[in-house]
Amino acid sequence: MASEIPHSFVKRSSHKKRIEALAVNLFRQMTYLVILAAAYIFVDITINGSKAVFQSTAPYVNVQFLTDKPQTLHVFEPRETYETMQQVRSQILVLETKNRGLGESDPELSNSYAQQIKALDAQYESLDAQRKETRLKYSDREYRALEVSPDLSNYKHDTYAYSGGGIGPAIIGTCLLVLGSIAIALVLGLLCAVYLSEYSRPGKILQAVRLSILNLSGVPSIVFGLFGFGMFVLFFGWGVSLIAGWFTLAIMALPVIITASEESMRAIPRGFREGALALGATKWTSVRTNVLPYALPGILTSSIMGIARVAGETAPIMFTAAYALRDQLPWEGLEHPSDFLFQGVMALPYHIYVVSSKIPQNEYTRDMQYGTAFVFLLIVGFFALTSILLRIRVRSKYKW
Amino acid sequence: MNPKNTPLPSNPTNPIIEVRDFNFMYGSAQALYDISLDIGEKEVTALIGPSGCGKSTFLRCFNRMNDLIDNTRIPGGTIKISDVDIYHKDIDVIELRKHVGMVFQKSNPFPKSIYENIAYGLRIQGIKRKNEIDQVVEECLRGAALWDEVKDRLSDSALGMSGGQQQRLCIARALAVKPKIILMDEPCSALDPVATAKVEELIHVLKENYTIVIVTHNMQQAARLSDRTAFFYLGKLIEYGPNEQVFMNPENPKTEAYVSGRFG
Repeated sequence: MASEIPHSFVKRSSHKKRIEALAVNLFRQMTYLVILAAAYIFVDITINGSKAVFQSTAPYVNVQFLTDKPQTLHVFEPRETYETMQQVRSQILVLETKNRGLGESDPELSNSYAQQIKALDAQYESLDAQRKETRLKYSDREYRALEVSPDLSNYKHDTYAYSGGGIGPAIIGTCLLVLGSIAIALVLGLLCAVYLSEYSRPGKILQAVRLSILNLSGVPSIVFGLFGFGMFVLFFGWGVSLIAGWFTLAIMALPVIITASEESMRAIPRGFREGALALGATKWTSVRTNVLPYALPGILTSSIMGIARVAGETAPIMFTAAYALRDQLPWEGLEHPSDFLFQGVMALPYHIYVVSSKIPQNEYTRDMQYGTAFVFLLIVGFFALTSILLRIRVRSKYKW
Repeated sequence: MNPKNTPLPSNPTNPIIEVRDFNFMYGSAQALYDISLDIGEKEVTALIGPSGCGKSTFLRCFNRMNDLIDNTRIPGGTIKISDVDIYHKDIDVIELRKHVGMVFQKSNPFPKSIYENIAYGLRIQGIKRKNEIDQVVEECLRGAALWDEVKDRLSDSALGMSGGQQQRLCIARALAVKPKIILMDEPCSALDPVATAKVEELIHVLKENYTIVIVTHNMQQAARLSDRTAFFYLGKLIEYGPNEQVFMNPENPKTEAYVSGRFG
């Protein structure tokens, strides 16, 4: 009734409004879902990984893990405890099977089974604690240095590849790969971008060039890996080497860098260029003094972000630069300085792939697996942070 | 074969720029048709006309700024500056632009200090001696009547100056490379009346030493500032002559209609 509506702007519910509310909720929940998934991954890796990287005693960082070479882990578990535990486990299994077979027919018997299982569980827990206390863990180097190896009649001996020692060579290898490919990609990308944005004449050819550069960024990373393998490793004969990895990663990052640099340079007002040219500057002088410095913040940020993403790729370095295991650091055992470029290195992404797919997943290998992933996250984050800081610095210097 | 063109009627007797039958095209669109005029040395010449009439295009032909635009060509005609055909294939555009300075419609100081803005023209020529640069900076800022306003803050960013100061800085910057001719493309269109007055005053002083060609939308400004005025319409030079003729006693009815404000 008209009398129930005090004025014409009063709130009324309608079909449209319900749809609107529904849509807003949907968008919000999907966003939270994505954030939740991302947060889960990060928190999981951080919590589990920090166990390997940090420790409770000074210096609080597990230096050995960060600097040592990967080694085989030798584990000696007390045989007696281990066998008792196996027996207890099988007893529990037997009881559980019986209990399940019983169903609802005899609640009293079922109850007593449950009691027994509980008691056995407790026994198992205490045995497990005992096992953890008495077991012996050695990295390969420590094992070899032992004067008397543990008596195998008392101990059960297991070995786990890559799980002892640390990931030092992989950290160094990744940093070398990233730095080298940043340098190559920045130089190549900037040269291309300057030509495209400042010198090229618009037309069909330029459009085709742009389109192909854009398409390059859609090429799967494994294809880049194969390309690098065919081109640098085989055709140029560089072998699996640091330099082949640099070029493969650089070429993969190029589309992003060229596109971003071109955008940054286009954003510089025409007046800067014309002002310089009108004073008798050559085109290159005007670009060098009045375009590049002001475009630099944008170029640097997007380039380093692009590289950081590319550096996380396993596929491009799998065939071109990465070794699963290399016992020497890049500067060790060089006969000639140029050998530095032509050696394979360990790299974190490939190491993650190796330790997560080539060795069993258990309590002895988990630290290495999570620890490697965590360190890798930290390094990629570090590069991203550097690019942001660099941008802030450069921007405050060249403001317009 | 024809080193000195026959003087055109109602043109200055001491021309520094001589334009003969000049045509200009953007792609397939013709912007200028058969322009012929002489510009006198140490005179102020104003180019007026409604938007899109080609006066800015014409101005940018004097220092070949139009070379930067793709698909432009000159189907016919010549421009001679000090008797040299500036569109000849042997011309070094860089040298030409040092000789013919330009001030743009939108003031475009570089985002550097005031000092560095003036010094830029010298630095790109490879001049590094500090006292020489210092001297030129002061000279140019005095020449642009800016010295007293900025002498205490030479190292401040030029972007912190007012619009009028920025435009005068751009004029000072143009002076640093010691041009003979200064082209001004609507230098006051973005300025308030006070700043405009200062720039006009400056142009008046600069006239002593430089040849100035100025494009303007403001007919009063053209009348106040210039010795001669050229009226452009749809890419054609309609009328060119001393101010008294163009503003007081125009020969062409179109000129008369435009200067009296009936169109444009």
